[in-house]
Amino acid sequence: MLKKFTHGTIERNVILLSVLTLITVSIGGLAQIVPLFTVESTIERVQGVRPYTPLELMGRNIYVREGCYACHSQMVRPFRDENERYGHYSLAAESMYDRPFQWGSKRTGPDLARVGGRYSDDWQAAHLRAPRDLVPDTVMPAYAFLDRPLDYSGIEAHLRAQRALGVPYSEEMVANARADLEAQARPDMDASGFSSRYARARQAAFDGNPQRVTEMDALVAYLQMLGTLVDFRDVTPEQLRQQ
Amino acid sequence: MPTKIEKDAISGQMTTGHEWDGLKELDTPMPRWWLWTFYATVVFALVWVVIYPAIPVSGLTGLSGWTARGALPAEMAAERARIEPMLARLREASPAEIAADPEMRAFALAGGRGAFNNACAGCHGAGGQGAPGFPSLADDDWLFGGKLDEIQHTIRHGVRAGESDDQRGIAMPAFLSTGMMTAAQVNDTAEYVLSLTGRATNAEAAGRGEALFSENCASCHGERGEGNRDMGAPRLNDRIWLFGGDKAAVVRTIAYSRAGVMPSWQGRLDPAVVNMLTLYVHSLGGGE
Repeated sequence: MLKKFTHGTIERNVILLSVLTLITVSIGGLAQIVPLFTVESTIERVQGVRPYTPLELMGRNIYVREGCYACHSQMVRPFRDENERYGHYSLAAESMYDRPFQWGSKRTGPDLARVGGRYSDDWQAAHLRAPRDLVPDTVMPAYAFLDRPLDYSGIEAHLRAQRALGVPYSEEMVANARADLEAQARPDMDASGFSSRYARARQAAFDGNPQRVTEMDALVAYLQMLGTLVDFRDVTPEQLRQQ
Repeated sequence: MPTKIEKDAISGQMTTGHEWDGLKELDTPMPRWWLWTFYATVVFALVWVVIYPAIPVSGLTGLSGWTARGALPAEMAAERARIEPMLARLREASPAEIAADPEMRAFALAGGRGAFNNACAGCHGAGGQGAPGFPSLADDDWLFGGKLDEIQHTIRHGVRAGESDDQRGIAMPAFLSTGMMTAAQVNDTAEYVLSLTGRATNAEAAGRGEALFSENCASCHGERGEGNRDMGAPRLNDRIWLFGGDKAAVVRTIAYSRAGVMPSWQGRLDPAVVNMLTLYVHSLGGGE
């Protein structure tokens, strides 16, 4: 009996072939789907992670649009060399509001998960405009064209779309999205409401020009907050455990 | 078309029973060594799944209890323990004491080099050569001083980093945009600044600029542009320029001001690493 159950047996029986195909594909599917049900227990219970400010969110969109993830990962792995170089390994909690996440899988350039605050705003802007002015042997392309005005006409809808995906933007955040975006890029504007809505968000002329809001403002604001939300001095080993 | 499964006379293998225009297909089995290797990898995978965390479901964490996150602290601690005796000494010692002790000095320069390439080279260059807007650390021109203690202070607190009372640097006014000077006065002041290094393009304008300079600039940059390290006001009577020394750059600086920013590193780096960096930066060529 067993000897007769060969390749030929399966190929000649369309129902048997279908059933076995279904089983095989299901195994692959389960391997991808089951982990999604464990997200609650995977995300560490650390303090400080908040949704992106409107300006950071636009910067993140530019990061995705320009394909930065193709050369830069945002994932410090739990290895000694990476922790010595970049800082504490990345937590699931730190990318829980990323839709989609930007972990990446290739490092032509360095990891950016903890690049926030590592360089000055001036450096980030100058380096994006002309990378070889600052790092002579880099192969990074120049992004000088980011000094053009940022189109944020759809920012409220953008926040609502994120909220539909589960990011906890409040009604107040959506209503003030435009004002918050402008306040963050213009240090001369009153930012009290903005600061109360987004903890530890910094207000600055990220591109060096406080008069206008550019794509450079947005991208630098995003880069400067990466990896800075969780204060690891307060984190206990228990909080880092993934159940 | 199907034919009989038969033994092939030449190879000694069975055929598949298929034939196309007289061509028959051999049903040569996989090499035995290959098959057994394959089975071995399957068994290996099953054992792996049992021992290590392979299924991301609560409770199925593997018999060994091993996790990458769990293993990391011990690995970090082992390396830390290996160099800790030296780090402890470097933490306690002043930069001058480190410089005087050959063993500590050698360790600090080697470790400082690694830390510099990671933390500092992005702005100051891999050899400390600097870049436009980011000071060279390899020359004798220091904004805040090139003595060991001064370098250590700058690394600890940064420049205009906005998080410490001890930070370096004050803000230069933007003379045009705040209305403190007219465009013509900015031009005259720039001509005077250029004249300090003998490069004025208009002697008359430079003459007019002298009074403006004395009134607006000299309190920080000095009467003759000799600079002031307490404030980080650069020397203007040498040919070393942080933001460019041609007239357009000088006009831009006076009109809209410049304010380089360096992060403060004392919260990010071990004090021993700060001391190692101090020694390394001091050794780059300009140490005083």
